[in-house]
Amino acid sequence: MTLLDSSRVNRSIAPDPCTTPRATAVDHHAGAGAATPAISINRVSRAFGAGAQRIVALDGVDLTVQRHEFVSLLGASGCGKSTLLNILAGLDRPSAGSAAVDGRVGLMFQESALFPWLTVRKNVETALRLRGMPRRERTGRADQLLESVHLAGFGDRRPHELSGGMRQRAALARALAQGAEVLLMDEPFGALDAITREILHGEVERQWSEHALTIVFVTHDVREAVRLGDRVVLLSSRPGRVVAQFDVDLERPRSLDSADVNDLASAITAELHREVRRHAG
Amino acid sequence: MRADIAVHDRPHTRELDLEIAGLDALELDAGRRHSRVRRVWSATWPKLTAIAIAIGLWQVVVWSGWKPEYVLPGPGAVFSQLWDDLLAGDVLEAARLTLRRALWGFALASLVGALIGVLVSRWRILRVAFGSFITGLQTMPSIAWFPLALLLFQRSEGAITFVVVLGAAPAIANGVINGADHVPPLLLRSGRVLGARGLGLYRTVTMPASLPSIIGGFKQGWAFAWRSLMAGELLVIIAGVPSIGFRLQAARDVQDTPGLLGTMIVILVIGILVDSLVFGVAERAVRTRWGLVDPTH
Repeated sequence: MTLLDSSRVNRSIAPDPCTTPRATAVDHHAGAGAATPAISINRVSRAFGAGAQRIVALDGVDLTVQRHEFVSLLGASGCGKSTLLNILAGLDRPSAGSAAVDGRVGLMFQESALFPWLTVRKNVETALRLRGMPRRERTGRADQLLESVHLAGFGDRRPHELSGGMRQRAALARALAQGAEVLLMDEPFGALDAITREILHGEVERQWSEHALTIVFVTHDVREAVRLGDRVVLLSSRPGRVVAQFDVDLERPRSLDSADVNDLASAITAELHREVRRHAG
Repeated sequence: MRADIAVHDRPHTRELDLEIAGLDALELDAGRRHSRVRRVWSATWPKLTAIAIAIGLWQVVVWSGWKPEYVLPGPGAVFSQLWDDLLAGDVLEAARLTLRRALWGFALASLVGALIGVLVSRWRILRVAFGSFITGLQTMPSIAWFPLALLLFQRSEGAITFVVVLGAAPAIANGVINGADHVPPLLLRSGRVLGARGLGLYRTVTMPASLPSIIGGFKQGWAFAWRSLMAGELLVIIAGVPSIGFRLQAARDVQDTPGLLGTMIVILVIGILVDSLVFGVAERAVRTRWGLVDPTH
């Protein structure tokens, strides 16, 4: 358990990949429900700047995510979603409160953030190297991972030679290479066309179930949030705060067009509108 | 719950596999590329045309009778004498000597410049202390270093090397520093999430991400080195060492203007060749790798 505590400023808040205990998927699953949650966020606040320019991005956010839970984090722009993910990924610190993540953290962005100077395979191998895997095992493992996201045969391409959807799959393979148990996704499909998006929803769902991942999926697309999440968490804007949570008790795999998904999405959208209107006055 | 999904998923998974494969096939472009010959030719003919125009203008000025021909000879006279000199071998000998100096000075400047660049871009405090100083050095004309160089090293190879290194190293250091400054923050975050920290992050992300700027710095460094060297060879003439600069000075002393212009052409050609064959090719290779080249051009 790595504590991300604002009071201990000199300590690295990132989970150390070498010392974090490596749990297998089975252990993970056996522990579900009873053991420590994958993510616990306690009254986390984060402010930027000072004086009149002070912006409160997050204000006392409370959130617990269980192991192997898929949580969609939904909010209008400026609700500090990305700030929250940065804190969980160890790239930023809370101004107050504490956040703890149990397990290795992977982070995916709207852009794939693959290294453009490396081939797709080398990108995956870099994650393996940084995790401490011996050189001779890397290539084989990288190819395995690429195959699992349907990119077998594309290992020698450079990121720019792939489509946006393929790049995101490569980024997913890289996150898996990292041994991520907790995957934070920051609007990963925001830049993709509708059909690619739908297909990638299926892909993420499959990897989530195969690797028993815990996923926090940030999006501003309500239907996408409902399509993927076990739970949809609605964040308010400026300051960011959890205003509502919706359990999604729909059977998987779901379809973006199904009536159930759309009904729940409409209810959540109505709530979202109220939240946005609150800022008019 | 997980088992449920797995069972449920089977037929759906097959469908998904097919859809993904189909989409990938549709989205990847056919990858038409022009042939190598055509690419080289399309890069070469504008240059050849420009050279032809320049020589034409030169001939027109000569024909206009602005200066007598013994002061400003035409291209015909210059190129025929250059051809003779090339055949006689002494131009090549001089070029070889000068290029050896250039390479030695440039290598030393690369070492010094890269080292300073890495140190300054790694540590903020060095950055604050020396950042603007290095840029200042870059604007200093190399000729201004010569009096000091002559005092320190007398008329020797050392004086020339000293000035060449001082001319080129700041440009190279600046290339490294600027590159590190302009690494996309997303890539740095990505590297940190993968677990790279400190020197590891520098090696894994900052260095390779800076490569285009680093090559730019070397390219500029070469231009400065070549310029400083020419100034140096005019000022520091070592007896019995017939360099390009020496030929320039000697041609002036005996009013051999065709020889003078021929030597200038040699200087220009060497500068252009190194720039386009070494740095141009490296730049192009990096841009192609990164996908910064429009494939339709």
